[in-house]
Amino acid sequence: MSKDMKIKRKNKIKHSIPSLIFDSMNYLFMIIFCVTCLYPFLFLVSMSLSAGTSNFASLRLIPEVIDFSAYRRVLSNEFMVSGFINTVIRVGIAVPLVMLAIVFTAYPLSKKYFPHRGFWTGFIVFTMFFSGGLIPSYLVIRGLGLLDSIWALILPGLIPAYNMIIVRNYFMSLSPDLEESARIDGANDFTILIRIILPISAPIIATVSLWTAVGHWNAWFDSMIYIQKASKQVLQVVLRRIVLEGTQEMMDLNTGMDDMASISPDNIKAATIMVATIPILLVYPFVQKYFVKGIMVGSLKG
Amino acid sequence: MKVNAAKNLAQTKKRRENQFHLYWKHKYLTLMFIPAIIYFLVFKYAPIYGIQIAFKSYRFKDGIFGSPWIGLENFRHLFGVKSFWQVFGNTLIISMYNLIFGFPAPIILALLLNEITHQRFKKTVQTISYLPHFVSWVVLGGLFVQFLSPSLGPINAILKALGRDPIFFLADPKWFRTVLVLTSIWKGVGWRSIIYLASLSGINPELYEAAEVDGANRFKKMLHITLPGLTPVITIMLIFAVGGLIHDNFDQIYNLLISPTVYQVGDVLSTYTYRMGLVKMEYSFATAVGLFTNIISFILILMTNTITKRINEYGIW
Repeated sequence: MSKDMKIKRKNKIKHSIPSLIFDSMNYLFMIIFCVTCLYPFLFLVSMSLSAGTSNFASLRLIPEVIDFSAYRRVLSNEFMVSGFINTVIRVGIAVPLVMLAIVFTAYPLSKKYFPHRGFWTGFIVFTMFFSGGLIPSYLVIRGLGLLDSIWALILPGLIPAYNMIIVRNYFMSLSPDLEESARIDGANDFTILIRIILPISAPIIATVSLWTAVGHWNAWFDSMIYIQKASKQVLQVVLRRIVLEGTQEMMDLNTGMDDMASISPDNIKAATIMVATIPILLVYPFVQKYFVKGIMVGSLKG
Repeated sequence: MKVNAAKNLAQTKKRRENQFHLYWKHKYLTLMFIPAIIYFLVFKYAPIYGIQIAFKSYRFKDGIFGSPWIGLENFRHLFGVKSFWQVFGNTLIISMYNLIFGFPAPIILALLLNEITHQRFKKTVQTISYLPHFVSWVVLGGLFVQFLSPSLGPINAILKALGRDPIFFLADPKWFRTVLVLTSIWKGVGWRSIIYLASLSGINPELYEAAEVDGANRFKKMLHITLPGLTPVITIMLIFAVGGLIHDNFDQIYNLLISPTVYQVGDVLSTYTYRMGLVKMEYSFATAVGLFTNIISFILILMTNTITKRINEYGIW
């Protein structure tokens, strides 16, 4: 829709009374909706800061006394620290590797002249609809000797079929003329991919990289089943143990360090959740538009 | 006749050789693609091959291949266990609730957002609504445990202020499924509305103008132009939703199913598979549960695709 058409449409809307009522209800609904989205997080922030408050009032968003001691306690927990580092390493290794694998898979499949292209696409798409399931996958990873290794968290998800298809669709939408001149100059497919295709595919690469990063930041189940050593666990699993399983050894590791009699387990839990979430909340406003772009590109082909 | 057949054979053979010759011709593409073939064989097809332990009695020392075949014994056992049928029923009921209440939610949100003319406001609402999508269910599990807590949570604080008894949302079988459906809508509605908003922007604006000339009001335009414009994407999303009826949201349920009092209403196929397989180490039995789930899901997808193809032309393949 072009811009002036939009304006034209806007001007044409008759401001009848039912229409105005609908509009105000709609705006009101949207405001309530946004509050609903944010309120649980605000509640948690408030709870994590209320260590100094003896009586936590759940409806009050700003605590009487703002107290960071729950955060100090969480950040001095060695498992939280190792979890944080493990997760950062995981994301740092996974994103470049996954992107490389996705691009190298998507590019040949985007070429009409790639032999047996239909077969190979089906070979991959089939795995989206039928999988071995939990136990056989676990046995394969165990059989490969990957237990307790960071590769058990990266290799099984190296080429996410759905994201690969999105990148392939993007490649297919690019004009073939772009490569023609390079090909005449004698460039091979590899050079063309690196020099010509990748630079103009930056938006989709950025989007899928961000999806991958968030996916690996949030992943926990693979780490829970494949990693046994507590020091190798990712942040989400440490978080789970502290918050949902209430594992005492992980929570109380540093008791008696200083006088923190008023810190309740709930303050600690809230602060733990915040520590794992704040990195996402910090980058989110800046990168969210890239997240959305990819869905648009993906939806072009359905 | 014979000559013809021989000729055909020769031709096919030649064609095949040509095809393999093509891999050499595009050797850079082939080289790029080989790791993907290995990856899918090892991490996707090897587990599919490993499904055979569903028909075996898995023994650790014998491994996948050495364990003895027992035919359909695992399935006979599975279908005879009461707990399995309860879990199966829970999965279907929760999925149906999600389909009935969760599926229309992003469509409604997209339609309402589309009516908002103030672009900055619309963008802000959208940005806020995507936020929960980026937070893991581990975090949200912890968050909702606190948020819905009978002693600390704000919802129960309001109930108490109104003189009502607090509700143990995560431990009360009457409430647990409602919590599942609502939290799942809360997390996904904004994100899932994107795809509908994207196809809304593809609707020809002339249609609206023509309708205005005919004197259609906003509601009529929404009903007769916007909604039909969304039909293709709604159809595709519905195929995926119905195809996924048997797939429960493990991440969500595992992180909210903390209280044993709600197992009777909240334990689903994936949590059951996990418990049977990786906690109780009954590999063969759990693989049988997984295979059962997988086959039903596969059939559902094929069925819904055929049906929708017959109704209109928007299938997924």
